Amino acid sequence: MAKKSSRDRMKNEINAGSMADIAFLLLIFFLVTTTIDVDKGITVKLPPWSDEPPEIQKLKTRNVFSVLVNAQDQLLVRGELADIDELRERAKEFIANPQRRDDLSTDPKNAIISLKNDRGTSYKQYVAVYNELKAAYDELWDEECQRLYGIPYSDDLPIAYKRAIKEKIPMVLSEAEPTNFGEE
Amino acid sequence: MAHFVKKRGKSSPEVSTASLPDIIFMLLFFFMVVTVLRDGERKVKVVVPQATQLQKLEQKSLVNHIWIGQPVDKYRDLYGTKPRIQLGDKFATENDIPLFLEQHKIKVPEPQRPRITSSLKVDGDVTMGIVTDVKTILRKSGQLKLNYSARPKQD
Repeated sequence: MAKKSSRDRMKNEINAGSMADIAFLLLIFFLVTTTIDVDKGITVKLPPWSDEPPEIQKLKTRNVFSVLVNAQDQLLVRGELADIDELRERAKEFIANPQRRDDLSTDPKNAIISLKNDRGTSYKQYVAVYNELKAAYDELWDEECQRLYGIPYSDDLPIAYKRAIKEKIPMVLSEAEPTNFGEE
Repeated sequence: MAHFVKKRGKSSPEVSTASLPDIIFMLLFFFMVVTVLRDGERKVKVVVPQATQLQKLEQKSLVNHIWIGQPVDKYRDLYGTKPRIQLGDKFATENDIPLFLEQHKIKVPEPQRPRITSSLKVDGDVTMGIVTDVKTILRKSGQLKLNYSARPKQD
């Protein structure tokens, strides 16, 4: 008799009540350790390294938009002091040259932005300047995309569209070797 | 009316908690999937600058991180306050970068290697000197895809 009752008890299901507790414990562990990383940044492509000195290209001054950042984080745009807030607009105007002025680029294809900084320039300022220049191109691409296809420019755009836009307005940003004045 | 009253009287149902573990498990799996376990300790202080033209880094396995910043307080006595490079969980110099890149590269399947991106996590207050040196080394080792890590700008 006793044996039978024991077997009866064996039929009972495993108590799954603590399952939720265990799951909660794990959940809380993962909640705490999680850093939903927003890994974002400005993507750039570096030019390949070559040991030979680069060929010196003669460029028309009107096609070059030079930006210098010194060790005090001051900006010199085309030979004159400038403020970072106006950089984007000026760069856009330079590249697109809507009024066909003869001191700005002949064509977006020929426009070159030349960026030079000092070894003492702060990284913050460098990124800010780079960001403004990139923003100028992004805005121009967006306008071009709206004009051609009627949709805003985004990374999910078909590759053919992107290529067509970048063919018209290629991003040419040349970075010179930094000067060495301001580094301690 | 009487019908309804009768029914209510008959049963006092409890909320079934049987599906609670399932719900919790679902949440658990969600967090397990999105979790990125912190890889080693940060030995340098990095507060990345703000920017607006951000692009998201796809596929974590194709990204290697290079940290540059001042050593954190704990290591000040040993390493001073000059900005340093951290690769993986160790302090390093520019010359260790090619080996670091190579070690990351062999873990990536061959066809995907051209898509490897280096994420530069640099403190905003670091001067460009060290960053330029790192960029030169990257160019020399053929790692041309680069991402200046930044956070979105808040107004």
